[in-house]
Amino acid sequence: MSAQTATDGVLVLVILLNLGMLAVSRLATGVRLFALQSLLLALLPLAEGASETGTPGVHAILIAGGTLGLKVVLIPSVLLRIIRTGEIHREVEPFLGFAASVFAGALLVIGSFALAARLPLPTPPLSKLIVPVALSTLLLGLLTLVSRLKAITQVLGFLVLENGVFIMGLLLLKQTPLLVELGILLDLFVGVFLMAIVVYHIRREFDHMDTHLLDALKES
Amino acid sequence: MTVFRALAAVPEAALVLALPPLLLGIIVKTKAWFAGRVGPPWLQPYYDLRKLLRKGAVYSRTTTWVFRAGPVVNLAALLTAATLTPIVSSSSLVGFAGDVILVAYLLALGRMFTVLSAMDTGSSFEGMGASREVTFGTMSEPALFLSLIVLAIATKSLQLSEMVGPQLYGAWHAAGPAILLVVGALLIVLLTETCRVPVDDPATHLELTMIHEVMVLDHSGPDFAFITYGAALKFLLLGSILLHVALPHPGWPLWVDAPLRLVELAVLAAVVGVIESSMARLRLNRVPLLLAGATVLAALAAVLILTGSTS
Repeated sequence: MSAQTATDGVLVLVILLNLGMLAVSRLATGVRLFALQSLLLALLPLAEGASETGTPGVHAILIAGGTLGLKVVLIPSVLLRIIRTGEIHREVEPFLGFAASVFAGALLVIGSFALAARLPLPTPPLSKLIVPVALSTLLLGLLTLVSRLKAITQVLGFLVLENGVFIMGLLLLKQTPLLVELGILLDLFVGVFLMAIVVYHIRREFDHMDTHLLDALKES
Repeated sequence: MTVFRALAAVPEAALVLALPPLLLGIIVKTKAWFAGRVGPPWLQPYYDLRKLLRKGAVYSRTTTWVFRAGPVVNLAALLTAATLTPIVSSSSLVGFAGDVILVAYLLALGRMFTVLSAMDTGSSFEGMGASREVTFGTMSEPALFLSLIVLAIATKSLQLSEMVGPQLYGAWHAAGPAILLVVGALLIVLLTETCRVPVDDPATHLELTMIHEVMVLDHSGPDFAFITYGAALKFLLLGSILLHVALPHPGWPLWVDAPLRLVELAVLAAVVGVIESSMARLRLNRVPLLLAGATVLAALAAVLILTGSTS
C-alpha cells in the first residue's frame, strides 16, 4: 500500500461521495457526507508530503489540521445546528430529480476526465487522478448549487466547490505559501458563517428558505 | 494435468448442480439467526424441491403453451449459462471468445420467458409484477454490461472464464480502484437480479409489493420447483462472478481453489442474509436511484480504466 495507491483510492472515494451527495434526500446526511469528504481530503496533504520525504512536513500537517478543524468539525456542526434549530423541513427538494442529477453528475465526471486528459501539467502530480477529480468536484459542487432549492443546500454546494479548489491546490502544495492556504480557509469559514446568518434570517423573515421565491420579492 | 482436470469436471458439475438450494438455506438460516429464531433446517430447500417435484401441476384454462414453457426455458437458459461460468474452479466447462455476451443474454432470455408466462395467465397482479421485473431488469443491465466491459479491458479478453480468472489478479494491482467500483456495481446487480432485499423481498406475500414472487404465483408442482431452483442457480451464477472479481485466485491448484471458493460462496450467502436482515426494502420509486447508482459506479470504473488514470 504505497502513498500513491492510497491517494488514488481516496480520490475515487471523493467522487463517489460527491455523487452520493447528489443522491441523498436528507439534508443532514448530505452535510455528513460533506464532512466525510473533507476528512478524506485532509489526509491527502499528509500522503503527498509523505511521498516526498517519508514524513509529512510542518506545512502539510498544518493544512491537514486546519482542514480537519474547520471543514470536518466546525462547519458541519454549524450546518447541522441550523438544520436542527431552524425548523427546516429536512428534505432536499431538488429542481432536478435525484436519478436525473446523479446521471447529470456522472456525465460531468466523464467530461472532466476527458478534459483533464487534454491538460498538460508542468510537473507530474502525485496521482494522475488529481486534476480530473478536482474538476469533477468543482462541477458537481456547481451542480448542487444550481439544482437545489434550499439556501442551505446551496451552502453545501459552495463547500463542495471549495473542496474541488482544495484538491487542485494539492498540485501546488510545495509552491504555495502556508499563509495563502490559511487565508482561503479563513475566507471559507467567514463565508459559511455569513451564509448561515443569512439563511437564518431568510427563514425568520419569510418562513421558508426557497430561494427561487426570492425572485418574486416585489413591493406591490 | 489436463486428464486430471477432465476427470474433475464431472464431480465439479455435480457439485454445481447440487449447490444452489444450500445457498438459499444459508441465507434463510442467517436471517433466522438475526431474528433470534432457530429457523428451518439447512437442507429445507432440498426437501421443498422434492415435495414440489412429486406433486402434480395445475394449469389455468386461460394459459397457453407459453405458460408451460416459461419455467423450463428459464431453467434451461440458466443451466446453459452455468456451463459457461466459472463457479467453484477458475475455469468453466465450455468457453469461447465472446461467450460473456451469451451469458448475459441467456440470463435475459430466462427473464423474458418468466415474464411472458406471468403475462400469459392474464392476472393483473402478475402483469404488474412482470412490468416491475422488466423495468428493474432494464436498469440493471447497463450496470452489468459496463462492469463486464471494465473486466474485458482489464484482462484483455472476452471469454468470461478468463475475464474473471487469474489474469484479474494482476489487474487488481494495475487498476484496483476501477475493479473495486465494479465489485460494488456487481453486488447491486446481484441483489437486483436475484430479487433480494433492497429491491425485492423474497419472503413477502403481499401482491402489491412483490416483484419476482408475484410473477410465479400461478405456477405449481414441478414448474414451481424449476422456478425455485432456477432462482437459486441464478444466485449461484451471479454470486460466483462477483466472487471471482472481488477475490481473484492467482492460479492455485484445484484442491486449494475449489474448497476456498465453496467457503467464499457460503460467506457471500451469509453476507446477503445480513444485508437482508439489517436493511429495509427500498421504496419502489427509490429503486431506480439505486440501480442508477450501480450504473454510475460501473461507468466511473470504465472511465478510470479507459483513461488509464490509476497506475
